[in-house]
Parts: sequence; structure tokens; C-alpha cells
Amino acid sequence: MKQYFSFFRIRFIAGLQYRAAAWAGVVTQFAWGFLSILMYRAFYQSGAENFPMEFSQLTTYIWLQQALLAMFMIWLFDNDIFDSITSGNIAYELCRPCDLYNMWFVKNVATRLSNVLLRCLPIFIVAACLPYPYNISLPADWACGALFFVSLIAGFFLQVSISMVIYISAFYTVSPAGMKILSVTLMEFLSGAVIPIPFFPDAVQTIFNLLPFASMQSTPFLIYTGYTSGADALAAIGVQLFWLVVIYVSGRLLIKHALKKVVVQGG
Amino acid sequence: MKLYFKYIGILLKSQMQYKASFFMTILGQFLVSFTAFFGIYFMFDRFNQVDGYTFSEVLICFAAVLLSFSVAECFFRGFDTFPKLIKSGGLDRILLRPRGVIFQVLTSTIEFSRAGRFLQAAITLCYAIPTCGVVWTFDKIATLILMIAGGISVYLALFVLYAGISFFTIEGLEFMNVFTDGTREFGKYPLSIYGKGVLGFFTYVIPVALFQYYPFLYLVGKTERLWYIFLPLICAVFILPCYAFFAFGLSRYKSTGS
Repeated sequence: MKQYFSFFRIRFIAGLQYRAAAWAGVVTQFAWGFLSILMYRAFYQSGAENFPMEFSQLTTYIWLQQALLAMFMIWLFDNDIFDSITSGNIAYELCRPCDLYNMWFVKNVATRLSNVLLRCLPIFIVAACLPYPYNISLPADWACGALFFVSLIAGFFLQVSISMVIYISAFYTVSPAGMKILSVTLMEFLSGAVIPIPFFPDAVQTIFNLLPFASMQSTPFLIYTGYTSGADALAAIGVQLFWLVVIYVSGRLLIKHALKKVVVQGG
Repeated sequence: MKLYFKYIGILLKSQMQYKASFFMTILGQFLVSFTAFFGIYFMFDRFNQVDGYTFSEVLICFAAVLLSFSVAECFFRGFDTFPKLIKSGGLDRILLRPRGVIFQVLTSTIEFSRAGRFLQAAITLCYAIPTCGVVWTFDKIATLILMIAGGISVYLALFVLYAGISFFTIEGLEFMNVFTDGTREFGKYPLSIYGKGVLGFFTYVIPVALFQYYPFLYLVGKTERLWYIFLPLICAVFILPCYAFFAFGLSRYKSTGS
């Protein structure tokens, strides 16, 4: 346990070093969130009755998405891991007296958390100060906030577990570039990062909600905004936990299978 | 020019070495834009129109922006790696060679895998042209061509500007992405839907609206002002200050050493 904690600490501290990059990122994300909100406002003004949620719920959703981007950025990969698989350095990693899956998992968690820590506060503060309905509002009550927190953690671990499956796939494909872009694209769409899931037609929504990808960012954010509440929220968290277990176990099995017949590249 | 094609040939050959990955990347690029297309589709499925624009009208706009972006990206994105060239001192090597700096930067990378995005844009355009209800007279065709040409020149200018700024910051500037990737992303809808402020900014500061919005108005018949057709030509002029800035940066260039 101790060694994983040190991996976490090293990565976390390393991630905190890139402060200038984080500031640039904050400005970019702020512009991005602002333009997104203006876009939805145009749709809202064109047909408010077709809008699936309150406009203020949507702005809250978008600011949450921007502030917590690094937690759920699908394209944020640790290229060291891909490199170690393609270059053969994986041999050294295998010599270490610790579990490969856990080590990579912890490293990814640390990188994402340090990124979020640097970026989320400025975005939250500015977004909270904006006039209604363009601001981010607090969750409706304590229960909602608590559910959001549980769901956020589940979604975050699910996100990392899914990235793990993609890392492990590099054992089979060797060149990860194509796999990366394909999986990122599909998952972005299915997870509600392109447009929030409530905006899809009802039939499509039902399918999306059963797939694991909606459980990543969409579920916690919708719980926060109050769009999903009560029994629905509990059911959604149930789906999240189900997928978390399934993906975690399949990642474990995959890496076991891959390591059994691992081909180390190069000499 | 002969040298340019030679460079292109070499780059194509080198990228074809990893065939599976190359084609998967093309497919991926294709899907990226495809999901953007579906994003628009589902939004219109729910709302039918935005600010008075219909689905097929928006598609023309989307395809024109995507097409110009993908062409500019394919051939001119060598400037994207420019900050790296400065950081590593690779620019010194380039300065020693008896060819223009811009020429060498352009030929350093050409991303053929961006063809996927280009393909997607071309398909969308082929779908949108007959269905958008525009009667394709000569002036409308000219408008569309000018829109795309203007778009390519704006993106080229932005890439040059990006490289010019990196002379002073050494680092790449993530914020510039708002103007390049951002206008591609948000430019799928006519810029007026974002409100007067945003439209004004993209008219007078970064002239994206000049090729994306005003000629588009003429194209779909929202305005009769003939001179809107020629506004994309101003986009070409936008290259001049960007290039001047780049040249200014180059003249002040101090090597980072090694």
C-alpha cells in the first residue's frame, strides 16, 4: 500500500508544477464554456419549450464540465505508459515488486487530480460570480450534494478504469495512435461531452444511459444540477457501480492475459 | 515548387510506413467530425431551427468551415510544432539553409491523416448543396468558393500568428486554440447566434465572421447585399499583419542555445 501512496504523491506533486500551463488552460476553458453557453442560449431562445432542462441547470452543467475537465478528459493519457509498452521498457516495470495495474491506476488518478486541483478553483469562483442564469449554482440540498459526491467518485474511477483498458489494448495493437483516436471519439460522443445526454432523443438516451460511458461525467453532473434526483439518482449510481466493477474486473483479466504472453520489443 | 512536391512525397512515404495506424487515424478523424455532425443533427431534431436557420443551412456553414480548416490544417499545421522548433534550437538549423523559413516550416510536417476530416467535410458539403434549398446560380457558387478560400487564409494567418507569438513566449499558447479549434467547433453554427459581442469580435479582431457569416447570409438568401460575397477577400489581407508579426518576431529572434 505504501509504495502506491508514494507513486501517488510523486505524480501529484509533479502535476502541480505546471502552473503557467494551468492558467492558460483555465482561460481557454473559460472561453470554451462561455461560447457553449451562448450557443445553448440561442437554441433556448429559438424553442424554450423543447429545452429538456432549465437553462440555469444547463449552465451549471457546462461550468462543472469545464471546471472538472481534467478529471473526465478522455484524451488525457499517460504517454509514458504507451511508450513503455511500444518501446519494451515494460520489462523494467515488470521487475518492480508491485502490481502493474494498481501502479498505473494510481498514477493516472494522481495526474488527473493534480490537474483538476489547479484548474477548478478559478473557474468555480468566476462562474459563481456571474449573473443568473449564466452562473453555476449550488446543489439544491445536502442530500443532492452528497449523492453528487458519491457519484463523482464512482464516475472518476470508472473513467480511469476505462483508460486502463485502452492502455492495455496497446499490448495487442503495438501502435496505439489509431486506437486512441477511435476510442476517444466514440466515448466523447457517448458520454455526453459533445452535447449533454438530455438533449438526445428519448430512445437514444435510454441506450446511452445503459452504456458505461454515460456513467462517467454525465451522471454526477446531472445529479448536481438536480436533473436526476431521488430514486432515479440512486438507480444511476447503481448503474455506475455496476460498470465500475465490470470494467475494473475486465481490465484486470485483460492485463493478466496480456502479460502471460507479453512480447518485449527491442533488446 | 518542385522541391515542395519532393518534400510532400517523402512525408507521404514516411507516414505510410505505419499503415494500420495511418488508416485508423484517418477513420478516427472522420468519426470526430461525424460526431460533430450528429451533434448538430440531434440538436435540430429537438429544436428544428436556431435563430431562424434550418438544419441544411447550418450544414452548409458547418461544411464550409470544416473544409477550410481541414485544408489549412493538412498543409499549414507545420506551424503548430514551431514552438518546439524554437525550444529545441532546431530553428537555428533551418535559418542556415538557403531556403525561406516559412517554406521549410511548411514542409516539415504535412498531416495526411487529416484527410479523414477533409473527407467528412466534403461529404457533408455534397449532402448539403442539393438539400439546402439554395438555387445554385453563378453568384452563389462563387460565394461558396470564396467562403472556403477565405477560411483557408484565415486559418493559415492564425497558424502564422501562433508561430510569431511563440518567438516571445517560447511556449506554445493554449489560448490560441480558442481561435483555431474553437472557431472550427463553434463555427458550425452561424456566428450571429452567439450574440452581438462575439460576432463583433470575430468580425473586427479575428475575421472569422467575414468568411463564415456574412457571405453565408447572402448564400442562403437572408440578405440581398451583393458586396457580402467579397468580404472573404479581406480574410486574405489578414495574413499580412500576421506575417508582419512573424517577421518581426524572427528579426528579434534569439536562439535558445544548444
